[in-house]
Amino acid sequence: MTDETARLLEVEHLQVYFPIKSGVIVSRAVGHVHAVDDVSFVLHEGETLGIVGESGCGKTTLIRALVRLIAATGGSIRFRGEDITKAGAKEMAPIRREMQMVFQDPQASLNPRKRIGQILATPLRKRGVAKDELEPESRGLVERVGLGAEHLNRFPHEFSGGQRQRIGIARALAMAPQLILLDEPVSALDVSIQAQVINLLDDLQDDLHLSYIFVAHDLSVVRHVSDRIIVMYLGKLMEISPAEELYSKPIHPYTSALLGAIPLPDPRENRRRTRQLVTGEPPNPINPPSGCRFHSRCPRATELCEAVEPQLTEYAGGHLAACHHPQSVSAEEIAAATRSPASPLSAGDQPPQERRQGAPASSPD
Amino acid sequence: MSASAPLLEVSELKVSFQTEDGTVKAVDGVSFSVGAGEVVAIVGESGSGKSVTSMTLMGLTRGPNASFQGTATFEGRDLIAASEAELRRIRGGDIAMIFQDPMSSLDPVYRVGAQIVEQIRAHDDEISKAAALDRAVELMERVGVPHARARLRSYPHEFSGGMRQRVMIAMALSCSPKLLIADEPTTALDVTIQAQILEELRQLRSETGAGIILVTHDLGVVADIADRVVVMYAGRVVEQGTLDELFYNPQHPYTWGLLGSITRVDSDRSKRLPAIPGAPPSLLNAPKGCHFRPRCPHAFEKCTEVPPLEARVSSTPGHLDRCWLEPERKRKLRVVDGRIGLAPEEKVVA
Repeated sequence: MTDETARLLEVEHLQVYFPIKSGVIVSRAVGHVHAVDDVSFVLHEGETLGIVGESGCGKTTLIRALVRLIAATGGSIRFRGEDITKAGAKEMAPIRREMQMVFQDPQASLNPRKRIGQILATPLRKRGVAKDELEPESRGLVERVGLGAEHLNRFPHEFSGGQRQRIGIARALAMAPQLILLDEPVSALDVSIQAQVINLLDDLQDDLHLSYIFVAHDLSVVRHVSDRIIVMYLGKLMEISPAEELYSKPIHPYTSALLGAIPLPDPRENRRRTRQLVTGEPPNPINPPSGCRFHSRCPRATELCEAVEPQLTEYAGGHLAACHHPQSVSAEEIAAATRSPASPLSAGDQPPQERRQGAPASSPD
Repeated sequence: MSASAPLLEVSELKVSFQTEDGTVKAVDGVSFSVGAGEVVAIVGESGSGKSVTSMTLMGLTRGPNASFQGTATFEGRDLIAASEAELRRIRGGDIAMIFQDPMSSLDPVYRVGAQIVEQIRAHDDEISKAAALDRAVELMERVGVPHARARLRSYPHEFSGGMRQRVMIAMALSCSPKLLIADEPTTALDVTIQAQILEELRQLRSETGAGIILVTHDLGVVADIADRVVVMYAGRVVEQGTLDELFYNPQHPYTWGLLGSITRVDSDRSKRLPAIPGAPPSLLNAPKGCHFRPRCPHAFEKCTEVPPLEARVSSTPGHLDRCWLEPERKRKLRVVDGRIGLAPEEKVVA
């Protein structure tokens, strides 16, 4: 994406902390879950931004904070240049119209007691569609997502998972949004149905010039749909890169660990490659590790990683990574890299270094 | 695999359930075998009957509305006809099972240690409580739970998803099973944890020589760990063969569709995903003949008859499928845009 394209959403140093309360009579916060911790990025118009990471990395919290379903603890969110971080319900109403969400579980996100026609009519009315226009509008919507007009009279339980997800998408489209935030939209679906829904999302984007933020834990699905991808770990942004490059040239060791963990649906390919597996599990986000959050599981970690939080470094081609000892980049590329203004405020200012042999680390690769 | 008799031989298994709306034929003629030290994957979408098949082997689908046909022979005993008492000895002893959701398969009000000890003592009358506890520690260490002895005193909710699944595996291993049935063991887990659990299963197979039935919908997991694959669709086995036969010479159009519709980290992003049109049929009212016929772009008149499951590729007698198309013709039909997939309707020329 070039910088000339209009910026739709700008997120700066966004923090979302959840207090952990304790005490019988007076409850006070005894700690915080650092769900999203100083994340900055920009979404351009017409772009699809993928967000990947393991469970508990804060990806769902992040997009919920973007639509203000969860209040941000710090930082700012700007939609079309307008700061919405502290906007009240009245100011948010017209903006929410432009940012719609599609949820992971299509079963739980549709009211079981309402017919599809009713489910779609609510947002349409909200948008100001006249009463006699409701019927043709909703018919247009269900046809748009590949269902028929006869489905308008049915209840959610009469549909399969894939069809329900189509209804969820139709409901989001009813508001004629600019941006759709998709929270694991296909992970509850069977593979053959996943492909149908992904193709549908592709078509809608082409026809309606939509922007997507696509959250998923499945890296192969995210690669297929995204223009750029953010990798998150324990509330921090680890790497942000054009989609293709993230897979061919992962700079952060966490990204390559994630990639290495995906079993390829190709037996020969699987046998051929050697995989770098990470051991252990993500640490507790209440008390995250010092320095780089990944250092406790990282095969390249040094003392520096434990002591200092890495800055977000911008490499050529809009590829950013927060790592002291980046991989897949040459010494020249490291020398040409610059500190990104999106770096976390608490990050150190050490530029990334090539990891020399003999550095105090667990295993060279 | 070895020439000796297989560990488990399932033959023409049929399971149907009476419901208010009619009879659901959940499993309709499934045959496969598992040898010692072999990993057999059962692949299929939701509703394909893969879980009912694996649960029936353990006698978990029995009920007043269920009826069974066919046999499942495990070391000379038929599991389908076995009495409840007989099954109780086999379950957890010779055959162990790991379920998809490790949260709901552990009892939330008992300490993890107590649950493992209970299983060990249920199958061994001699062992003392202390000895069983030591064995539990040993098992937990084996599956990679750190601080095993202390963690035995924890409750299930104090474990993460991956750790709970390790506890389930430890429990399954407690009586050194000869056959392990794993029903979607990694579906609820993150990829990095999934890789660790699959490694555990691989080690288990090589150390104990147990046979493993892996029920999954993830072809990546299959390619990673399975020796042989059984593909199920709408209650029937549509294809089975070795891992390589299935991935590189798939015979059934449904298998092509499955292979084609997966997003891969190394595929061409600009192309549309070749999806399988439509949705699986209702098993209350399954289509006549081949169950895949209504979604198959290559269907012809003959497909209204059920094709038998048999070897159709002469060079590989172990590779069975249920499709009437000529193997020679399939070679051409299954290639879409240079890779295996199901051709979109409009591209098919009769």
